[in-house]
Amino acid sequence: MTQHFSVRHRLAWLAAVSACFVSSAYAQPAADALYQRATAATCANCHGTEGRTVQGSAIPALAGMPKEYMVLQMKAFKDGTRPATVMHQLTKGYTDAQINSIADYYASLKR
Amino acid sequence: MQRRSFVKASLALGSLGSLAGCASTGRIPEKARVVVVGGGYGGATAAKYIRMLSNYKIDVTLIEPNSAFVSCPMSNLVIGGSKTMADISTPYDKLTSNHGVNVVRDYVASMDAVKKTVTLASGPSIRYDKLVLSPGIDLVLNSVEGLQAANASGQILHAWKAGSETLALRKQLEAMDDGGVFAISIPEAPYRCPPGPYERASQVAHYFKQHKPKSKVLILDANPDVTSKGPLFKKYWADNYKDMLEYRGQHKTVAVDAKAKTLKFEVQADVKADVINVLPTMRAGTIAIQSGLANANARWCGVNYQTFESTQAKDVHVIGDSILLAPAMPKSGHMANSHGKVTAAAIVAQLSDLPVNPDPLLTNTCYSFVNDKLVVHVASVHQYDAKDKTFKTVPGSGGVSTAPNELEGVYAWNWAQNIWADSLG
Repeated sequence: MTQHFSVRHRLAWLAAVSACFVSSAYAQPAADALYQRATAATCANCHGTEGRTVQGSAIPALAGMPKEYMVLQMKAFKDGTRPATVMHQLTKGYTDAQINSIADYYASLKR
Repeated sequence: MQRRSFVKASLALGSLGSLAGCASTGRIPEKARVVVVGGGYGGATAAKYIRMLSNYKIDVTLIEPNSAFVSCPMSNLVIGGSKTMADISTPYDKLTSNHGVNVVRDYVASMDAVKKTVTLASGPSIRYDKLVLSPGIDLVLNSVEGLQAANASGQILHAWKAGSETLALRKQLEAMDDGGVFAISIPEAPYRCPPGPYERASQVAHYFKQHKPKSKVLILDANPDVTSKGPLFKKYWADNYKDMLEYRGQHKTVAVDAKAKTLKFEVQADVKADVINVLPTMRAGTIAIQSGLANANARWCGVNYQTFESTQAKDVHVIGDSILLAPAMPKSGHMANSHGKVTAAAIVAQLSDLPVNPDPLLTNTCYSFVNDKLVVHVASVHQYDAKDKTFKTVPGSGGVSTAPNELEGVYAWNWAQNIWADSLG
């Protein structure tokens, strides 16, 4: 019986090691997904967790917003062609790459 | 024998898992536990986002003495009379029902960064892998002579932690005769919520204008000038509260006499007022001070800004108003919520053996009501700078309103609803 467990131990160990070989290749994508979510969460203070606002909110929800539309709006705020109360000042703090990533994230969520 | 080998095998696998750091979201060790102290904008947000960003794999316990969250932002509207305490209160139950945060209603009496435990006021100790401290501020009542006793007797309030004092200050204003004087004393920066005192003065002036038009508002500021949104506040005061509100800079309050209703200053002559509101010097919350984490002037907690880990204790993260500020970073609820998210992502990465985000980002938006409808804002975006190891505002970003306006009044109240849900919902 002792031997049985020891074999099982070794098998499990091997499985764990090989799983790690496979998944270490995914560590960076996993990290990138975490950073993308965290960067998108900088919008959530006003636009709601995961882009879903409280009912009746005058501030728009972002979940499910088409990517191209969001990128265009953010750029319009940034270059001043779309007037705003605060978004023209906040968008200037984000790079185009950050805006793209945020827009990708919210487009991927259900409304 | 049989059983022993099995236990050994499990232990070996357990430690292998945590060392190797595999699996798709990174490998989180079995029963990784984060304890969060303080359920304000910072702590509640950190607790919720650690759960969310770990795909609900990290166990989170939030320790908070109050039964409901009462928001400091918007609390000046209760003092001005346009909102109620119920309007600014949010229960903690959704953190548990929606996100599985274990909310413990208690104080933390002490912490041990070596044993990695916190001990509750009621007795038990809780082990942690990571500790998040978001204890807000401590009001240093003995920084003003006579204030401790005057505050204990309820005669002179600060109302700078929203709650019972908020309502008590409102009642003092209601009880004051028309023709009376309300004086608010402001400490030297940095303090919690830079524009807050000026918003409060505006709210009291708004109330007096409608109900007690012969009364006066006196702002006695230890700073040389209005510390936030200065031109906007001063223009609105001049246009709307001209004979009612007076601003005096360079007035550092050193003593109060509750019986004589008098404030005494470092330099200037004494001032008498019917309702006295003193905001004393502030410092990091009690648990941070007594645990030796306030390593900046014995007032604020130094942190590694990329992770908000204390520069004093490993695996202890400090967020919100207790930290030593990066340049141009305000002590605000919105900022504390932002700290909570950056910290949550850093902790999830660290417990998953993933690299920590090299470029964390923070935002701040702060609205102030100058009456019951008109609002001015200040906004900023702060990007982490790896070279200088601090947050810096992004050049060209941020700014203030052009003038008080009603549209931002609508957005301000919607901001409150959404950030309360983002932190606690």
